[in-house]
Amino acid sequence: MSEPTKQRHLLQGNEAIVEGALTAGCRFFAGYPITPASEIAEQLSIKLPAVNGTFIQMEDEIASIGAIIGASLAGVKSMTATSGPGFSLMQENLGFACVAEVPCVIVNVMRGGPSTGLPTSPAQGDVQMARWGTHGDHSIVVLAVSTVMDSFTITVKAFNIAEKYRVPVILLSDEVVAHTRECVELPDTSEIKVVDRIRPSVPPDWYKPYEGDARGVAPMAAFGDGYRHHVTGLIHDVMGFPTQKPGEVEEFHLRQTKKITRGFPDIQMTKGYFLDDAETFVIAYGAVARSALRAVQDAREAGIKVGLLQLITLFPFPRRTVAPLLGQCRSVLIPEMNLGQMSREIQRVNQGSCNVVKYNRIDGKFITPREIYGQLIKL
Amino acid sequence: MNGQQKTQERYEIRFSGSGGQGLITAAVVFAEAVGVYDGKYVCQTQSYGPEARGGKSKAEVVISSRPIDYPKALELDLLLAMNQAACDAYFYDLKQNGLLVVDSGLVEQHPTSRIIAIPFTDIAKEEIGRKLVANMVALGAVGLLSGQVNLDNLEKALLARVPKGTEEMNSRALQRGIEEARKINLDDLPRSVISDDYDEV
Repeated sequence: MSEPTKQRHLLQGNEAIVEGALTAGCRFFAGYPITPASEIAEQLSIKLPAVNGTFIQMEDEIASIGAIIGASLAGVKSMTATSGPGFSLMQENLGFACVAEVPCVIVNVMRGGPSTGLPTSPAQGDVQMARWGTHGDHSIVVLAVSTVMDSFTITVKAFNIAEKYRVPVILLSDEVVAHTRECVELPDTSEIKVVDRIRPSVPPDWYKPYEGDARGVAPMAAFGDGYRHHVTGLIHDVMGFPTQKPGEVEEFHLRQTKKITRGFPDIQMTKGYFLDDAETFVIAYGAVARSALRAVQDAREAGIKVGLLQLITLFPFPRRTVAPLLGQCRSVLIPEMNLGQMSREIQRVNQGSCNVVKYNRIDGKFITPREIYGQLIKL
Repeated sequence: MNGQQKTQERYEIRFSGSGGQGLITAAVVFAEAVGVYDGKYVCQTQSYGPEARGGKSKAEVVISSRPIDYPKALELDLLLAMNQAACDAYFYDLKQNGLLVVDSGLVEQHPTSRIIAIPFTDIAKEEIGRKLVANMVALGAVGLLSGQVNLDNLEKALLARVPKGTEEMNSRALQRGIEEARKINLDDLPRSVISDDYDEV
């Protein structure tokens, strides 16, 4: 079962994340169980050893992310999975992964928060935290899944982005997607593009561990490969040693930003529905995108020219796709299971050209198509 | 919103009762039969409280010939209620011509005359010998009454999911449920849960 075949499987979103991770080459998982993410750890504890991978249940989430950073530095693709409370604990080490440019995937299956909040209820309250939870200016990639099939394909993509750009990637799921079972046909492994980090091609003496290539990404040697290098959370020069020289510090930050900026066409993923002649449209992500699609289809049947833009990449915010639509349409509706965390991004890009309407639910309940439809007909 | 037209492609079932009655298992088996074996689109969801047993439990299966957007039920075509509380709470989510299936031993107050009452738990206890398999008796009945699943595939999916050594008992429970449901003539039921002379538009 660890090698997905073309058979049909009835999988939960969480199980599909596991299949995606294994397909992408993940061979190390460290985590601490938490609802609604526990099935990911549970499945990997069975499946990783079967492919000579490593599964460790850690004492907490701080240690979990520490362990996956270590494993990734040793050259193994690594992942952890948690929910809001655990994700809060991971923020410090997440910053370390950013500064040291350690590729890894952190799954956050969102539940109601803050704190222990609503363990079994869906929410989307961790969106801005995923972007800005760790301190300091940093580049990070945040992706959101909305179906079981997404949970497979976007997990593979998350690993590919992490490896290609040497960044931690946050994969946001939510209680609805995580626990919904759907029938999926997993593609054959040969049909899936898997990206591996670039390793140094120079002799060990010439290796500069933090000197970017044309894309701004530095080749990454694994510990034990014979390439001695220093890894630190301090801002460092191309050799990995701490520096406070303004020129080097600035260059460090700019390279980190540019490597992501240059990757925008590759990293920024969205899906559009009925957008061509849309006069109004909905922007949604995660499970709510499914409610929105139903509502938009109902509205189309009723003759209302409405479209849907589903965001898969939340950060870096896909401005190049969103901005033209804001110019084209009269109004945009943004339904979210939070008080408007993505709508701020949209308002920032909008600059007054489109009427931005929020629809928010924070009572632990999933937004229904009927509610969105009710908002759409008022636009 | 034009409810009728939109939901025609979907068939929605809710299995409801209390935690520990095996309703989620029943829904998963149903979904597996419909999705993996019959090859239709299917979404199975559930909601439950933090407690392991007791409390309200519900599991849903949405079946469609097209990809499914909204994964949960919008308007139920079939509601299985395995206790009074579930029947009372979810009855109003049924379509006007939906099917209400209840455990007659556990649901005494019927909200409508358009009801199918079968003593699932009593059958499980007295005929199969284990109260535990009441969910499978109910699954058999729901399988037949919904008309949404190939019954051979339902049994295949069931046998693939249950623990070794319990296959025979579970399969007998399923078959008893199917048998009981065969005795029901759907045409004899009142046409609507709201009133007997409801005219379908």
